[in-house]
Amino acid sequence: MTRKRFLAAFPAAGLIPALGVLCVVVHYLGGPLLEGALTEALVYMVMVIALYVFVGNSGIISFGHVTFAMIGAYASAWQTCCAGMRGVFMPGLPDWLLRVNMPTTPATLLAALLAAAFAALIGVAISRLGAFAAPIGLLSLLFVIKTIYENWTSVTAGQSSIVGLPLDVDIWTALLWVFAAIVVAQLHARSPSGLRLRASREDEAAARASGVTIWKERLIAFVLSAFLFAVGGGLFGHFLGTLAVSEFWLDMTFLTLAMLVVGGMRSLTGAVVGTLVVSAVRELLRAFERGIDIGGLDIHAPEGTQEIWLAVILLVILIFRPQGLVGDRELGRPVVK
Amino acid sequence: MNPIQLIVDALSQGSLYALIALGIGLVFGVMRMINFAHGELIMIGAYALVVPSASDMARPFIAAWPAPLLIAAVIGFVAVAALATERFAFRPLRRREVDSATLLISSFAVSYLLQSLVLFFYTGRPKSVSIFPSLTRQITFGGVRVAMVDAVTILVTAALLAATVVFLRRARAGIEVRAAAEDFVMARMLGVKANRVIALAFGLSGAMAGAVSLLFVAKTGVLDFRMGVPLAIAGFVGTVIGGVGNLVGAVLGGFFLGAASVLLQALLPEELRPARDAFLYSLVILVLLVRPQGLFVTRGAGERI
Repeated sequence: MTRKRFLAAFPAAGLIPALGVLCVVVHYLGGPLLEGALTEALVYMVMVIALYVFVGNSGIISFGHVTFAMIGAYASAWQTCCAGMRGVFMPGLPDWLLRVNMPTTPATLLAALLAAAFAALIGVAISRLGAFAAPIGLLSLLFVIKTIYENWTSVTAGQSSIVGLPLDVDIWTALLWVFAAIVVAQLHARSPSGLRLRASREDEAAARASGVTIWKERLIAFVLSAFLFAVGGGLFGHFLGTLAVSEFWLDMTFLTLAMLVVGGMRSLTGAVVGTLVVSAVRELLRAFERGIDIGGLDIHAPEGTQEIWLAVILLVILIFRPQGLVGDRELGRPVVK
Repeated sequence: MNPIQLIVDALSQGSLYALIALGIGLVFGVMRMINFAHGELIMIGAYALVVPSASDMARPFIAAWPAPLLIAAVIGFVAVAALATERFAFRPLRRREVDSATLLISSFAVSYLLQSLVLFFYTGRPKSVSIFPSLTRQITFGGVRVAMVDAVTILVTAALLAATVVFLRRARAGIEVRAAAEDFVMARMLGVKANRVIALAFGLSGAMAGAVSLLFVAKTGVLDFRMGVPLAIAGFVGTVIGGVGNLVGAVLGGFFLGAASVLLQALLPEELRPARDAFLYSLVILVLLVRPQGLFVTRGAGERI
């Protein structure tokens, strides 16, 4: 395949070497604190890329994807959690599930399949809703599933936490998952189904008139996106080592959406850049709050100012770059004038 | 529980949610933006009642003023705050003609900003405050005891709704708001000033948020920096199930949601009550599936081409 044809099929190809270089640099020069922060950002990146698959291509905002992260994280914990303690945390699990001891990777994939199957079921209905009803439908879905998980104590530990998940997510595993997510998202976006979905995003009526069955394309993107988001949820559990239902709530919803919108929700590069920028800003503000020393000058921000500045920075970015930092460009594809 | 008490409870909760949905619906009409920060406007209205401090028994500030002054101060403060969010956050965005997704995210950012400011000045510890102590009384009404505050909530909502209807139908400014909600570009061509009509919608919406602050605090007596979020979501969901872009629909949708949550709480079997929200929001999903355009759609509500 020539370079030109490759870039036409895979316009965001530049992301993979760029992220690879970033990780290598941080791993060898950055120190453990920075590496931990970047690993966390990569876990979020899987989720934001997943969000892009549905939100970016369909133009429909989702307030409910965190549901799939929750399903994925818990289903993965059911297979991998905490050696002999599983029966203590989750006595309601069936016997075979209590005995199984799955490595993290297949466990994450199986958990994501469960989330995708659930998404397919609910998506048949959700994908028929319009631009305002769909986000509310998805938000309601999050309320329903979160309430169920909170009260289904025998398999989720309810309002308390599950601790001792195997800590299997380091910077390289997270990076490989990000690569996989990028490839999947890109293949979908350039596939006939993805292109039809993007057409419906630009002009619903015209797409429909050209023979696009919008709900079907939305459903495909929705299921794929739920799968990837659940992978992100599984990684989240294996990165932190603990799980609590309250983690999968509005904060995570807003954070992942903000990352996508700040970067530019119409491009895969936007999802990646947005995640990195928002994570970097958060880390920087956190560091300022702890106090940093620049050339003998001790800069120490008062406690609690971190959140205020994060909100202000978000607003400023949105006001000055309403299409997101990268708009609809992709890293790797030359800008078409 | 006595059925009449239950009905009063449902009406009161429904009224509160209806007021929130109306506030969100007013802004949505002229700007096509779902203002998530509406909940935080309610929250700062409540916090304005007390002096900033870290203690949990807060010293009253506006809360100590005589009632008429207190009401005017809170409603005025929230209305001004709403205008400020419009002027400094949403107007610059509107100039750039951003899509509704970006507007929505920016309203999250505003909401997060307001929360963080309150967290900074008041800390995250919930506070208790008491306003209108006479409202906590129970009144006996045809043999049943009803909390005064519920009766007042219903009456105040009814009065505010009536005033809003009169304003939107009779006053020139109100007619301009409706015209802008119908077709913003056409309204501008006919001489409606965009900035003014949007500011008016924000001001009205803020005043309603202030009224909700007062009613809510009078009932619960607790301040919490996250109290606005569930309220905004309730209003938001109410607006959508009522039918977006339709104020009557928003009010009825909000009312439906509030009343349904109280009724579910009372009528569900004991062991299922903790999972009430699962039932409530399953009901919402069901409503959306049956009526994706909302329960109360007007003619011409579909997207114009």
